[in-house]
Amino acid sequence: MSIPTTLFEKVWADHVVVEETADTPAILYIDLHIIHEVTTPQAFSVLRANGLPVRRPDLTLPTLDHSTPTTPVTTFKDLLVAGEGAANQVRQMEQNCEEFGLDLLGYGSGKRGIVHVIGPELGATQPGKTIVCGDSHSSTHGAFGALAFGIGTTEVGHVLATQCLLQRKPKTLAVNVEGRLPAGVTAKDLILAVIGKMGVDGGTGHVIEYRGDAITALDMEARMTICNMSIEGGARAGMIAPDDTTFAYLEGRPRSPQGAEWDASVSRWRKLRTDSGARFDKSVTLNANDLTPMVTFGTNPGMVVGIDEPVPEGSDPSFRKALDYMQVESGKPMTETSVDVVFVGSCTNGRLSDIEEAARVLEGHKVADHVRMMVVPGSEQVKAEAEAKGLDKVIMAAGAEWREAGCSMCIGMNGDIAQPGQLSVSTSNRNFEGRQGVGARTVLASPATAAASAIAGHVADPRTYS
Amino acid sequence: MKPVKSIGSRTVVLPTRDIDTDQIIAARFLTTTSREGLGENAFFDLRFNKDGTRNEDFVLNRPESEGCGILVAGNNFGCGSSREHAPWALLDYGFEAVISTEIADIFRSNSLKNGLVAIVVDEDTHRWLLENPGAELSIDVETTSITLPDGRSIGFSIDGFSRHCLLEGVDQLGFLRNQMEAIETFEEVRAWKP
Repeated sequence: MSIPTTLFEKVWADHVVVEETADTPAILYIDLHIIHEVTTPQAFSVLRANGLPVRRPDLTLPTLDHSTPTTPVTTFKDLLVAGEGAANQVRQMEQNCEEFGLDLLGYGSGKRGIVHVIGPELGATQPGKTIVCGDSHSSTHGAFGALAFGIGTTEVGHVLATQCLLQRKPKTLAVNVEGRLPAGVTAKDLILAVIGKMGVDGGTGHVIEYRGDAITALDMEARMTICNMSIEGGARAGMIAPDDTTFAYLEGRPRSPQGAEWDASVSRWRKLRTDSGARFDKSVTLNANDLTPMVTFGTNPGMVVGIDEPVPEGSDPSFRKALDYMQVESGKPMTETSVDVVFVGSCTNGRLSDIEEAARVLEGHKVADHVRMMVVPGSEQVKAEAEAKGLDKVIMAAGAEWREAGCSMCIGMNGDIAQPGQLSVSTSNRNFEGRQGVGARTVLASPATAAASAIAGHVADPRTYS
Repeated sequence: MKPVKSIGSRTVVLPTRDIDTDQIIAARFLTTTSREGLGENAFFDLRFNKDGTRNEDFVLNRPESEGCGILVAGNNFGCGSSREHAPWALLDYGFEAVISTEIADIFRSNSLKNGLVAIVVDEDTHRWLLENPGAELSIDVETTSITLPDGRSIGFSIDGFSRHCLLEGVDQLGFLRNQMEAIETFEEVRAWKP
């Protein structure tokens, strides 16, 4: 009888080109490499210096997202909105893709978008694949039962040149979520609660598998939100076993297998499950029944409270420093905090269902006078789908901005930022100091909580608007 | 990569926990296509006040921090983004090693590939280092040990391959390319094609 193995171990074993030894890491084959303008220029320079081609252009998916402005761009001149450096980076990416024979999903393609939004929506993200990108939120693709993780630029060069990486096998961490999310509580609230429980370094050295009834009940976009934030708990990758929900999402997408190949793929994918009796190195258990909408109060995603709970006490200097930066007080709930900016978007919450969730709350209301709200679709396709449903009209009627696809305010390098001292309620993934602009204060929340806060003008419980 | 066999330098201490890569190098400085010159923007928002003047209270700006090549940081250093600009910036600023009780996975991997020695030590050693800023340390990559000023030697663990690459200045891309035959065979024989 074979030894029971985890989902991660199955996908890992399926991609080992050369086994690891005491002296050398494993050589791991990569099935999909998504690339963008910020973390690749130096890797292309290495290829050029060594006279190397991109080995598998067919397994390389390039797009533009991080430093692209979210104002309408029709000419290169408009790119200057985000500054000369950002514009140069975009031009460099276009040149690199042309020189190395890569099919860039750029301006005018109708398919451009955030790396972790377009992989799934094209059907390029599939169960059992190894997927990497020079971006730590590559963990998103694990929602399909892929092994997906972020890499540095040196490693981007390794994959471009060889389609492989040198990797030590990580440990495994089971995050078991029993029960069912209550009405008005979303996947974002769940993952913030998980990170709050395990801490921002609880997953270091591990690959997470999210398991349990509360996870399998989620749709694919919600599962992507969960896996996306694995890195905020320190884990490079987070995975969910593929099931009928996964297959229904993928069927018929442009890069999904077709015909007989589809059937063969689904039967292969059905085997991608953790065997009963398989052991994890570590586990964390939560009950979804007890959860409420969650918001962060500090400067990392593990500093999180329920929307109606007081900010906890803490004497650790790093904790005090975080509260000082955020200008919040222990003992008071976050709902007393006034809001300046609201951002709905990013690879965490920039998909169609996220925009629908925000629009549902906004419908029939107005964004408070002192609040600027930006809604930024995660891809050109999400934008088109949202507009086909009339969501853009609901959003603009409420007084919010409806913008072009991109990373936008998640990462302050494309022109979309909050001003020093401003408080931003954001559906993105990081509330680090200065992440959304120098001196900007970030409260992470779900799209529903973000929209409710925009209307109220202070951090607000979305359940009062449903 | 240049070989790194040993480091002898004084420490500078940043005791804050969970220092993320956005603090090491903010995203607004990533609109570059080069890996050079990032040091001037390392820890920028801590080194400079909002009006652009130097924050004289920040430890890196104090005279005694001049020339310190070893950064001792609070737990979970380098968490957050995968930007390799973070170790590039620290190296360019003049750091040769980082010591903490925990170093985030991607940052650690990126650091070791660039010759920034990322070292995890036990809590007692860490506490001593936090309490003794400016300590003159000697880090030996060959024996994976740190010698404290009183002569005590503290071992640390580093993956054997990373150690070999540091000592010999091995280019890991070259190592991978030497395995091309195995990679091609894998592509031919695997049960399914991506």
